[in-house]
Amino acid sequence: MTGFAHRHLLGMESLSAAEIAMLLDLGDRFLEINERPIKKVPTLRGKTVINLFLEPSTRTRTSFEIAAKRLSADAVNISGSASSTVKGETLLDTARNLDAMAPDVVVVRHAQAGAAEMLAGRIRAGVVNAGDGAHEHPTQALLDCSTIRKHKGGLEGLDIVICGDIRHSRVARSNIWAFTKLGARVRIVAPRTLLAPGLEAMGTPGSVSIHERLEPALEGADVIMMLRIQKERIGGALFPNTREYSRYFGLNPRRLALAKPDAIVMHPGPINRGIEIDPAVADGPRAVILDQVARGVAVRMAVLYLLAGGDAGPSE
Amino acid sequence: MTPRLPPPDSDLIERREILDAAALGRTLRRMALELGERIPPEGRPLYLVGVRTGGAYLAQRLCGLLAEAGEPTPLLGAVDISLYRDDVFRGLPKPEIGPTELPEPIDGRTVVLVDDVLFTGRTIRAAMDVLADYGRPRAVKLAALVDRGRRELPIQPDVVGVVVDTTAGESVRVMLSERGEGDRVVLRERRA
Repeated sequence: MTGFAHRHLLGMESLSAAEIAMLLDLGDRFLEINERPIKKVPTLRGKTVINLFLEPSTRTRTSFEIAAKRLSADAVNISGSASSTVKGETLLDTARNLDAMAPDVVVVRHAQAGAAEMLAGRIRAGVVNAGDGAHEHPTQALLDCSTIRKHKGGLEGLDIVICGDIRHSRVARSNIWAFTKLGARVRIVAPRTLLAPGLEAMGTPGSVSIHERLEPALEGADVIMMLRIQKERIGGALFPNTREYSRYFGLNPRRLALAKPDAIVMHPGPINRGIEIDPAVADGPRAVILDQVARGVAVRMAVLYLLAGGDAGPSE
Repeated sequence: MTPRLPPPDSDLIERREILDAAALGRTLRRMALELGERIPPEGRPLYLVGVRTGGAYLAQRLCGLLAEAGEPTPLLGAVDISLYRDDVFRGLPKPEIGPTELPEPIDGRTVVLVDDVLFTGRTIRAAMDVLADYGRPRAVKLAALVDRGRRELPIQPDVVGVVVDTTAGESVRVMLSERGEGDRVVLRERRA
């Protein structure tokens, strides 16, 4: 079996295609546990996972918690408002204090890019990045790849559209790394004010293209991923209003018809219905949004399994 | 506890053949007959559950042999015990995790666990834990092709193909045509 030589999962940028494929294969194995009458295996009994979420999250935090519990690990959740950070403690001090309680894995979400990586070198526990600013959200990329693999057989040669608030999106960045490493081409679509520099350089030459209009980018696409407008991160006026945004960049049935007939529609959530995605599309037969959520638990089980079991010494 | 790892193939030399292809076939036929005789009629149809990977192939073969012997065709399943091992993180390389497939509910059935080599008993302990997570069988029986002794848990087979005395340094390898090898069972030991 291909090894996983990392103690932390900080981003997709640092993983090889083989390592991503190994994580996806392992995630597929864990899917079955979620279908059993007793959805639990004893594998991580006695291990402790701390979910340190210093930014709001329902889906990801719940998904990590369920993943840990289905592997029999003890999961402890700490959220921003309930933590000592509101009393002025730094992230590093909070993490060091938690680390003194000997968890095996700390899953961290933070508004600052690089937060997970900063902790990774400084505490004993394995660190999983569950979203750091606009930098990376690797487990989201894993569950997206897992979903695409299920519906399309693989990612090699696919044309994948990612449309929306690219500038503030860690999901877009992790997915550009992952999709291109697995051999797909990525079409980035956003109004110029919501783009970011350097996106083309993330994939192999020619694998990432930038579009300022949605329709041409949709033509012949295999996968369409819509992203939310991150109102909470948008400081100034980057676009006139949501209605105008929706008119040019919203995915509706008419636009969806431009893509391949078997194209799938994805969204990392939370959805803003009627803004980036028309309810008829979000609830339509091509949407695989809930599939993404289901696979999220499985890939997170795979990640926790590899990192919490990390004390494995060299074999004899 | 130090894990008891099977040494790499390159470090092992074959000491003797325990069963050749013909003897393996005879042994499995006898095991099928014994299973048919020893399990009371209320346990029918039998539910054969192989322990991956070797046991899964053997369960498949026993299934066919039982049907040939006029038994009602047994149900067939397989369990993967990787996630239930007690030594999962004790210096072992991360195992390949296979699927557990129990197509019919095991509740109320007589389940026969089938394994290729019965050794410490830890694999069977783990397999019983898997079954408990899926339901409550009426009874669980154990059939093993080779019992090499040296048990570390109070687990004994109900039907056994061949009993071999072994030392800790030896290992028993069951080769099966399903894995692209000729049918054979050999005793190997670490190169001196």
